[in-house]
Amino acid sequence: MMEVEELTKVKKEKTNGHGVPATGMGPSAYMGKVTRLNEHLVEIISDSGEGAQKCGQSFGSIVAQMGLGVWTTEIIPAEIRPPARSVAGASGNRIRFGSKRVTNGGNETDLVIAFNEQVLLGRVRSKELKPGCTILLESMWRDDKRVAKSYTDAVEQLISAGYKVYEIPMDKECRKIVSDPRKGKNMFALGVLCGLYSLDLQSARDQVVLTFGKKAAKVIESNIALLDAGYAWADANLDFKYEIPAEKSTEPQIVVNGNTALALGVLASGMEICAMYPITPATSASHYLSDAFEEVGGIVHQAEDEIAACCFAIGASYAGKCTVTITSGPGYSLKQEAIGLAVMGEIPLVVVNVMRGGPSTGQPTKTEQGDLMTTIFGSHGDAPKVVIAPATIEDCFYSMITARKIAETFNMVVVILTDANLASSQQPFKRPVFDEGWLAPPIDQSAIPPGAKPYDWDPKTGLARRFIPGQPGGMHTLTGLAHDENSHVAYDPEINQRSMRARSLKLATLQKTLNPPPIFGDPTGDMLVIGWGSTKGAIEEAVELLRQEGKKVSSLHLTFIQPLPPGIKEILAGFKKCITIENNWSDSPNDEMIDGSNRRYSALAILLRSRYLVDIDCWSECRGTPLKPNTVRRVIEEAMA
Amino acid sequence: MNNISLNVLNGNGAATEPLNVNDCLLQLYEEHYELEDYQKGVPRWCTGCGDNAILTAVQRLCRDEALPPEKTVFVSGIGCSSRLPHYMNTYGFHSLHGRALPVAEGIRLARPDLKVFVNMGDGDCCSIGAAHWIHAIRYNMNMTAMLHDNNIYGLTKKQASPTSPIGLKTNTTPRGSYLDALNPLTVTLGVSNVSFVAQVVDWIPKLLYQTIQAAYHHKGFAFIRVIQRCPEWLPTHMEAYMQDPTRVLLLHHENGLHVDDELAKRYTKMQEHDPSDINRAREIASGSDPIPVGILYRNDEVPCYEDVRFDSRLRTTSLVKNGLEAEFDKFTIWPDGHAHVSRN
Repeated sequence: MMEVEELTKVKKEKTNGHGVPATGMGPSAYMGKVTRLNEHLVEIISDSGEGAQKCGQSFGSIVAQMGLGVWTTEIIPAEIRPPARSVAGASGNRIRFGSKRVTNGGNETDLVIAFNEQVLLGRVRSKELKPGCTILLESMWRDDKRVAKSYTDAVEQLISAGYKVYEIPMDKECRKIVSDPRKGKNMFALGVLCGLYSLDLQSARDQVVLTFGKKAAKVIESNIALLDAGYAWADANLDFKYEIPAEKSTEPQIVVNGNTALALGVLASGMEICAMYPITPATSASHYLSDAFEEVGGIVHQAEDEIAACCFAIGASYAGKCTVTITSGPGYSLKQEAIGLAVMGEIPLVVVNVMRGGPSTGQPTKTEQGDLMTTIFGSHGDAPKVVIAPATIEDCFYSMITARKIAETFNMVVVILTDANLASSQQPFKRPVFDEGWLAPPIDQSAIPPGAKPYDWDPKTGLARRFIPGQPGGMHTLTGLAHDENSHVAYDPEINQRSMRARSLKLATLQKTLNPPPIFGDPTGDMLVIGWGSTKGAIEEAVELLRQEGKKVSSLHLTFIQPLPPGIKEILAGFKKCITIENNWSDSPNDEMIDGSNRRYSALAILLRSRYLVDIDCWSECRGTPLKPNTVRRVIEEAMA
Repeated sequence: MNNISLNVLNGNGAATEPLNVNDCLLQLYEEHYELEDYQKGVPRWCTGCGDNAILTAVQRLCRDEALPPEKTVFVSGIGCSSRLPHYMNTYGFHSLHGRALPVAEGIRLARPDLKVFVNMGDGDCCSIGAAHWIHAIRYNMNMTAMLHDNNIYGLTKKQASPTSPIGLKTNTTPRGSYLDALNPLTVTLGVSNVSFVAQVVDWIPKLLYQTIQAAYHHKGFAFIRVIQRCPEWLPTHMEAYMQDPTRVLLLHHENGLHVDDELAKRYTKMQEHDPSDINRAREIASGSDPIPVGILYRNDEVPCYEDVRFDSRLRTTSLVKNGLEAEFDKFTIWPDGHAHVSRN
């Protein structure tokens, strides 16, 4: 899939785009080989605290700035400060970028820049690097007696395994500019990468200014000097360079990760209170929101626990300000009882579950789609709620606006299910154009007409007008107990049946307003792949490749999971075989103990099989990593064989 | 319902003199309410249950303070006492076991214009919801919180509660409860930002009312422990205290409760206590026989969380739009290829 074209670059007056550097360096002196690529996957890894993540994010922003498609994925160790130079301690970022729009984190890494050999070995062992890929490795360890042997052994092993290893004296070069290279090596590395990929140095400098914008001018200057030095070092010392042609967007684009997109969505939805309790990997949304609310007006309330955060949000929503609470799996489990209260009381509420590996504490920094069932069926008794699963970073933004509207229109709980993959990945999307209709209307404080009831359920739709404190004549006591139209506690069999029906009917009413989901590919064929949430990019990329090879495969991606949109049964009927591909658990039919009578299917497959009575197969994995297009492709090929 | 609506400025509803701007900011209508304006339904508590006394006291308070029923919210947890909002003709929120406080806090932060009252039982506040209790004290949000403490789980039929005295026989402690009782007063007085702590007993209605009234007028989290009887499960538990007035210690002070002659005649054991003295308050709080009754601690200077957090800016569409556009700017890549660094 990678089109490679070798060019010999003549000494150019300009680098790329508007490349005459403003200060310092002259035009690039590089005279070597330049390879043109369609796309590449780069990763930068270090010990925690050495700044590889910042380097990766900046690199992602610079390539986006150049007009390239990009998807960045964070590499996060489970601990804040794992031991230095440890195999499990790799911290950093993977950046997949290319001429076209990039929709997912991609396959294995093409080029890696590593601050020590141990974190590198960790990545090799977890099979994240492409065999024989290019490695740029900090060489300072060669001179450190304590670790020199382990370093040279590793380099030899990697070379004999076919990797192309380039040693870079990052520490030594940085010492020419700063006294502590641990603080600054990342900007040198950024410079090396910008040089290697023929990126515009001035854009890189602008990005450094943005990254360190709040710091002193001296800090910015020294970081720019490091960047320049890395760029120059790559030009002078490496005999290869890449160039990836950019197709510039004509529209302004936003580059944020999924959690920031969610938080921007909170601002745009008009919600002004977010109640939360710290939990990985959801918390960064609240970090950003805490800061942004200072400008826009609003409050992030860090409650004493997850239950309090949910109850606080329910109280504020009940009082007229639809509120969001943001959490991840363990926190979601704790909120379940309170979510049931909001369902029973018909209080609008938006809950975000940024899924991580479960069960229990599981894999806090890793991605998984394991919470679909607990979200749909969770809370005891029948607790119907809306479940929306954004598939892209852009979806994270807009789903928040949609969620607030649905919550207030239907007086329901709306759960947004994202995951660690979306939470920490960055992908540019079209800058939204503000619409007044996004915002919540003012709190209704008009008098309630005599005789009106707080739960005057419409017999057809289940909907009822909500009374908000402050409305004269609307006084009633909301209760989590079974209640009648007047919100009076009622154990009468008929009343309970009636109120359960009304709460359930609201889902059907919402479902009638949804459109059938679009099919990716032809509406008929041999195989339909069905997915949900953050796996969309990887699934569609694999399906696209297979289609180019003539395979009759299409895919369907579901954003509304509760209620499921109309038209799915008809879509399923167009295909000989259907399979869900998910990032959660399902038994493999190949296991000795597993047969048709005991196989546990993955979550979406269970839902679809039970609803449409179609024999939908499933494939899933729980490796804690985003699905790779190559994996999806292999799974589809095997399923079609 | 509202019997009289008087126009303060002019009885005929028309201004006879030119108004100045300041007059317009005054409340134009003075509302008068009767007790029945706050009453709803027939309480289903047992005869002699302390909850009845608390309900009567809060209904009287609402009438005397002329609280508009639509601007008043009673929040409760789960338990016998938590049925109270159902008998108030105000807004009410009968929430989850232990979770009344965070619900009330959410209401308070969203709507500073509402008067918020919280009713919880001892299982609710001191056991399943204890984490929220500790933090509610620290948040110090403006609300009146009543702990209906009968030392027993009533609705689930006689199990030991954290405040059950050691040795109390219940269905879960048939040979007597094993541990010393938790003292809600000393706990409350030990938390940072504590601003109002009082204790009262259900069988002295006059003091019950006065205490709740003082709590209502306190700006901050006003915590009242009401020691109350459970005639169903512990019919004789408080008998000795009720029979012997010397087993009640009345705390009085010019900044605390005022004890009138009638009370003073019956309750001879009295002590002057300055509610600003937290160390003395803690000493008094640790005594349980005689039962100290009155305001143990009051500090009006403790900041309220909602005041610290409330954003007084009017959240207009243009404020949100401009703020959002400024946030977008931080992350925008413009088609001309350069970040607009200066826009930040």
